[in-house]
This record gives sequence, C-alpha cells and structure tokens, in this order.
Amino acid sequence: MTTVGTGYDRSVTTFSPDGRVFQIEYAAKAVDNSGTTVVAIRCKDGVAMGVEILITSNMLLPNSIERIHSVHRHCRMAFAGLAADGRQIVAKAKAEAIDYESAYGEPIPVKELAERVASYVHLSTLYSWLRPFGCGVILGGYDRDGPQLYMIEPSGVSYRCFGAAMGNGRQAAKTEIVKLKLSEMTCQQGVIEISKIIHGIHDDAMDGVFEVEVCWIRDESNHQHEEEPDYLQEKTMEATKAALEEMDADSFDRFHYNFLQHHVYSSKKRMQNSQPSPRNTAKS
Amino acid sequence: MDDGYGHVTAPHSMGTTIIGVTYDGGVVLGADSRTSTGVYVANRASDKITQLTDNVYVCRSGSAADSQIVSDYVRYYLHQHTIQLGQPSTVKVAANIVRLLSYSNKNFLQTGLIVGGWDKYEGGKIYGIPLGGTIIEQPFSIGGSGSSYLYGFFDQAWKEGMTREEAEQLVVKAVSLAIARDGASGGVVRTVTINKDGVTRKCYPGDTLPLWHEELEPQNSLLDILASASPEPMIS
Repeated sequence: MTTVGTGYDRSVTTFSPDGRVFQIEYAAKAVDNSGTTVVAIRCKDGVAMGVEILITSNMLLPNSIERIHSVHRHCRMAFAGLAADGRQIVAKAKAEAIDYESAYGEPIPVKELAERVASYVHLSTLYSWLRPFGCGVILGGYDRDGPQLYMIEPSGVSYRCFGAAMGNGRQAAKTEIVKLKLSEMTCQQGVIEISKIIHGIHDDAMDGVFEVEVCWIRDESNHQHEEEPDYLQEKTMEATKAALEEMDADSFDRFHYNFLQHHVYSSKKRMQNSQPSPRNTAKS
Repeated sequence: MDDGYGHVTAPHSMGTTIIGVTYDGGVVLGADSRTSTGVYVANRASDKITQLTDNVYVCRSGSAADSQIVSDYVRYYLHQHTIQLGQPSTVKVAANIVRLLSYSNKNFLQTGLIVGGWDKYEGGKIYGIPLGGTIIEQPFSIGGSGSSYLYGFFDQAWKEGMTREEAEQLVVKAVSLAIARDGASGGVVRTVTINKDGVTRKCYPGDTLPLWHEELEPQNSLLDILASASPEPMIS
C-alpha cells in the first residue's frame, strides 16, 4: 500500500512537490501517538504541569520514572514522544541556561530559553546525517515577566500558550483545559485540575497501570506567608484524592489504587507517597 | 629617568572624580572634565560619562584608553543582547558585562567604572566596578582620585529617597568640592540624569560653581586693564 509520502520521505533534506518535508511530519506523529500525555496550564501565580507515566513492567519500582526535568531554578520541562530524545534536549537546555547566566549575570528569561531550545530542535531538521527529534517539549517557567508556558514541536517552532497538551490524549485534554478559568486559578488548584484531566483521559483497558507526575512553578517569595511546603503538598494531595473520588465513584477502586502512586512536588521539594503498592494486584 | 618629557609621554590618565547616585525614580551620574598626561592637562573639557545603551550610562576613571576600549566592547555586546532579547537590556546585565571584561583582563586594565541607568523592572540602579573587577550594587558610588575627599561628605549628606533636584544638587556640590582639593580633577561638572522619561545632560561651567574655603575669586586679567579706556598701561 503506498502512502502519501512515497518517494519524498526518505530524507529530512528533501521537499515533496507540494512543499512538505515528510520526515518532520513523521516526527510529529511520533509525538502525537506517544503513549504518555503531557498537560500544562498557566495559572495566575505560576505554571502547573502534569505527565501521565505508563508503567510497562511489573518489576519497576514505584516513583522511579521522572518525566518532569528541572532546567535551572526557575524552569521545568516535560516532553511527549521518544524519551531519550527528550533527555538530550533537556541537557542542552540546562547548558544554555547556565551559559546565559555566566555571560549576563541574570537567570535566562523563559522566552530566550524557549527560542534557544526551538533553534536547537530545528537544527536537526537541516542535515541529512541527523534525524529530527521525536519529541515535543512543554516548557514552563517563571521570570521577571511572570509565569510563562511554551510548547516546542519537532519542526522547531515554539509557541507561547496559556494551556498545552501533547501526546495521545491531547485532544481530550485540550477540551478540558479550555473549560477552566485560568486567570482566577492558583497553581495549587491547577495541579488538582491537571490530575483530574489526566485521570479522565486515561484508558484503563488500553494502557493499564499508570503514574502521574505533577509539578508547579511559581515564585516562592510570593508565598512565604503560607504553610510549609510539605504540609501544603499533603493538603494538595488530599484535595486531589477528594476530587477524584467525586469524579468517578463506580471505578473509584482502581483510581484510588493508582492514586497511591502519585507524587506531587513543588519547585522546591519532592514528596514520596507513604504507602507501597502491591503491583501484582494491578489487573484485578 | 627624568628627561623632562614626562608630560608628553606619560599615559593619558583621568585623575577624575566620578559619582553615581540613585534617587526616587532614577539615577544621577556626575563627573569632572580633566584628562591629564602627567601634570599637563590634555583635555580640560572631556566627557567622562559615556553611553552604553539608551537607558544605561557609565562613568569612566583611571586610564582613558582602557576605559574607552571597555566601553566600546560593552556597547557592542549590549547592542547584540538587546536585539536578541527584543527589549532594552537591564542595568544589571550591562554592569555584569563590564565586570566580566574588567575581571578577566585585570592584569592589563587600570580602570574604575560606575555603571548607572534605569530599567522597567528594577528602576534606577548604580553599580560600582572598581579596579580588579568586583561588582557591587550601591545606592550611591564614588570613584576616581578626587573621591578620597568625598567619603566623609557623603556619609553626612546622603539620604534615601531624594528628589531629582536634591540628587543633582548633591552631585554637583560633591564634584565641585573634589575639584577644589584634587589636582587631578577640574574643568566643568557634567551630569547625566536617567529615569523612565529618558536621559538629560547638563554642564556646569566653573564660574557657576560655589567657592569653597580659601578659594579665590576669579581675578581680572591684566589684559582687561590694558584694553580699558586709558591709553596709559598700569593706570586703571
């Protein structure tokens, strides 16, 4: 069966007669069909992000897969698609952030970092001896211009958004994001909403066991009057649990079980779940 | 070797008095205008306050050549940075670039700089970058050979939250006091005021400045006497 790109899709340095570069489009498919979904929203006091992590093996230790990466103190990056490609992009972003601060004496503005990452991703679409990155990046950060959220596609374009979703469940996630009133939402509420969205789009039959990793990025100096971070995270976890209970009473058992594997952490600390999960009862 | 040519072969140095002061809403930079080669005044009306960007200026002291070349490099880097970022550079970034150059070339340079300006995030800021390449953010900064005579003065006269007029008067008074005591400072007093509305340059010639303790009134030149009505010289 011949497909659309036949003949012009062998190399990223070949255009098709109708002006498309098929290799880049195929790279985008790697992101769109990716099992994991990444969701992020820009709230009024920061950025909240969540990643659905599919557990493929019974022998995996809980909370051992980290999908949200720190790029410097004020930025976090998550990606959908080929995980190893994403690791490379994160390493590059870290280097750029440090390099900028050494040269100019201030933390890299999020806009500048997004542009540099986008230009690095684009670089690999220009040479026949490189392949495009098979992952899309969601970059959230907080700088002197406030909270910002960027999305970078394998083609090398970057967008600044108030809400972003990538991966298998992105359409459903986007529909949910649009319903939220982001200008009135705090990060703490945002994290709860994201957990609900990810649970909503997860298909138990297809994908089985999953973990959710969530984070928020906000200016901690604005919140010094609040409770201690640990207590705050515990409260958020309780609230998420309650919201999920409300959401789906009949299949609550499974959600409840999966919830035990959540970890919720702020830009400062990371909290582990207290209860171990008996993995061999996963499919019962 | 004292061959009597010291005054033409000595390096151009700006003995100098330079000052940078923050006020409520911006900064005032001030400097004298004397550039000397040894004891000869090579330029009695030099401009020691140099532009780096639309909103950031630097006061130069020490070796004239060294401070000029550093300013040129910084202006170049900042220009590129502004294009890259799509908005004006902050004062902090400008000061950091000056500091990186000063520190990395500390064995070759002999220049003390005061970077001052206004940006929309932090408002008016002053950064002192003395010999060696330290960077220190201060509410006010003084530098140059004439500054030795001003430490006590500023301890007493400086206060937080001055108005623009108060700050400008303070700077002019301070530079003129330093000129009175420091042989390597003199000429006119130049000030540059930077705030959200832009940049204003002022120049205060010597005769507009107050006279301090034991300073003499300007004397009439004998030439004036000769040119007066009486054809007989020496009888006025």
